Amino acid sequence: MEPLVASGIGMLTAAGVYLMMRRRTMPVVIGLTFLSYGVNLFLFAMGRLAVDKPPILSPGITDYADPLPQALVLTAIVISFGMTALIVVLALRGYLDTGSDEVEIRPEDRLRDFGSGTGPGAGARSGE
Amino acid sequence: MNNHWIIAPVLLPAFTAVLLVVAQRGGLRLQRLLSAASVVALLAIAVGLWMLAQGGPLAYAVGDWPAPFGIFLVLDRLSALMLLVAAVVAAAALAYAVLGWDRRGAHFHTLFHFQLLGINGSFLTGDVFNLFVFFEILLIASYGLVAHGGGAWRLKSGFQYAAINLVGSTVFLFAVGLMYGVTGTLNMADLAVRVDDLPAGDHALLRVAALLLFTVFAVKCALAPFHWWLPGTYSAGAAPAVALFAVLTKVGAYAIIRMHTLVFASDAAGVSASLQQLLLPAAAVTLVLGAIGVLASRTLLQLASHSIVASMGTLLLAAAGLEERQLSAALYYLLHSCLIGAALFLLVDLVAAGRGRLADRLLPEAPAPRALLLGTLFFVAGMAMVGMPPLSGFVGKVAILDGLRGTPGGGVAWAVLLGGSLLLLVGYARAGSTLFWKAPAAAGAGAGAGAMPLPAAGSPAGQSTAGPIAVVCLLLGATAALSLLGGAVMEATNATAGELLDRNLYIRAVLPAAPHLEP
Repeated sequence: MEPLVASGIGMLTAAGVYLMMRRRTMPVVIGLTFLSYGVNLFLFAMGRLAVDKPPILSPGITDYADPLPQALVLTAIVISFGMTALIVVLALRGYLDTGSDEVEIRPEDRLRDFGSGTGPGAGARSGE
Repeated sequence: MNNHWIIAPVLLPAFTAVLLVVAQRGGLRLQRLLSAASVVALLAIAVGLWMLAQGGPLAYAVGDWPAPFGIFLVLDRLSALMLLVAAVVAAAALAYAVLGWDRRGAHFHTLFHFQLLGINGSFLTGDVFNLFVFFEILLIASYGLVAHGGGAWRLKSGFQYAAINLVGSTVFLFAVGLMYGVTGTLNMADLAVRVDDLPAGDHALLRVAALLLFTVFAVKCALAPFHWWLPGTYSAGAAPAVALFAVLTKVGAYAIIRMHTLVFASDAAGVSASLQQLLLPAAAVTLVLGAIGVLASRTLLQLASHSIVASMGTLLLAAAGLEERQLSAALYYLLHSCLIGAALFLLVDLVAAGRGRLADRLLPEAPAPRALLLGTLFFVAGMAMVGMPPLSGFVGKVAILDGLRGTPGGGVAWAVLLGGSLLLLVGYARAGSTLFWKAPAAAGAGAGAGAMPLPAAGSPAGQSTAGPIAVVCLLLGATAALSLLGGAVMEATNATAGELLDRNLYIRAVLPAAPHLEP
């Protein structure tokens, strides 16, 4: 079982890292989800791989599965789910606002506002 | 048995943030009132906790679960100091935001308080997984704050910032998993005990976990080679949000110092030695890259962002050693760097707002409004950032130089620090003279030729700039106070460093029955 789980984690992580290097936002988002799958499996495996062991205290049993990594994985899944949702929204809004799906920021998009008012500083361009 | 004030810096922003979502209907005025009241209360609590921490580390068992099973918050001098400086910077950032920035997008105040919740939690927690959770809270709020105000630039750089930090979170989880797999605990005090008598066969795995963890913290505190996300993100973000981010980088530095002095202090498995080997050169490179960045900056925002990178390098150069003098100097510089970083970004925002289409570009074409006042403030902020007397940057750098004296690699560190300061000085002198000295002359020539399409200098569109200037002055005044009260502050950081180096105090607070560890 160990080689199977280990190679699964490795492949998920490798796929995630490869996709992270892409130029467009959507592959990057998918790469991030692959990475989080990989790490979730890894966390789970840190409780040692075992079959047919109860995670809950019950009389007459001395050999338990470690429930803590499972709790950690649950937390990690919830967090990575929320983060993925957020980054999808950021990617989508970025695409809708600029018409480009590139991760890189074009020089003409480097526009921002300054100051606390709505004076002439608003909408000025920073950068070269 | 638990002193419930210890959890107050976590609960207060949490409740405020939720309340602010509800108060959305009550209009901006109600939100501002709630938000400001909460930050003032937080400041008072932080002062109270600092007093409380003088009696030694205090543990707070969440839900009263016994150690090492429950989650612990630990208040010691270091966490109290960090809470205090975070509250001060938050108060200034909020005061600046209330003057107009919070109108530019929904939920500024909510996100601001969620970010404070994450920051305060990271400083207080005594559990590695809990640290991860608080990191995520502060990050998810910061993704929102980076994009505050909208615009393509903020959204795109928000995406980049989120992507790099999500990778960081993944690496963090790998490290946490490995650590749990090897030691069977995630409680920091318990980790420190178990790391010390780990079987030799597990040393390699522990080293991998420690270095992965260090990588994550290095990303957070913009240590080279993970520093390149910072200038882009900080340039795009809204001024008050970025002012609060000045504390965000220090969370990474705090985590490095905490793990370094508590869990890996005894050099079990050779972790501490390899960390030191990595940290010292990385910090030196960070400082040099930041200084070169300042010199090469073509906009004020780039200048300010690269100064932050350089100051992180300076800070970690001092924090790399595990000696009391060095740690104390690093902590003093950390306080200074939080305040001046926030002040600088607010000031840049003020200057750029008055320069019309030129905004923050370092060109002498537009006259800076209120050149005398803003120029003086920029001069003072620049001097503090570079580390010239008499402001706190100078005191901090002298303390760091003194701490590095006679340490291995100290000579190189001296050369890097002094050389970096020189580059920073040249960079700031160039920026300041371009903006405030050359500009009036160029403007005069331009007006003579009748080619001045820019609006007249002065406060833009009738907006009062007195409020924002007062906020910047307060922050600069705080750095001045830091150097005026240098003796007292140094005593406090000395006591903090001393407490950090005697890690049995921390461990005993959490695990009263723990064996005595080598310091």
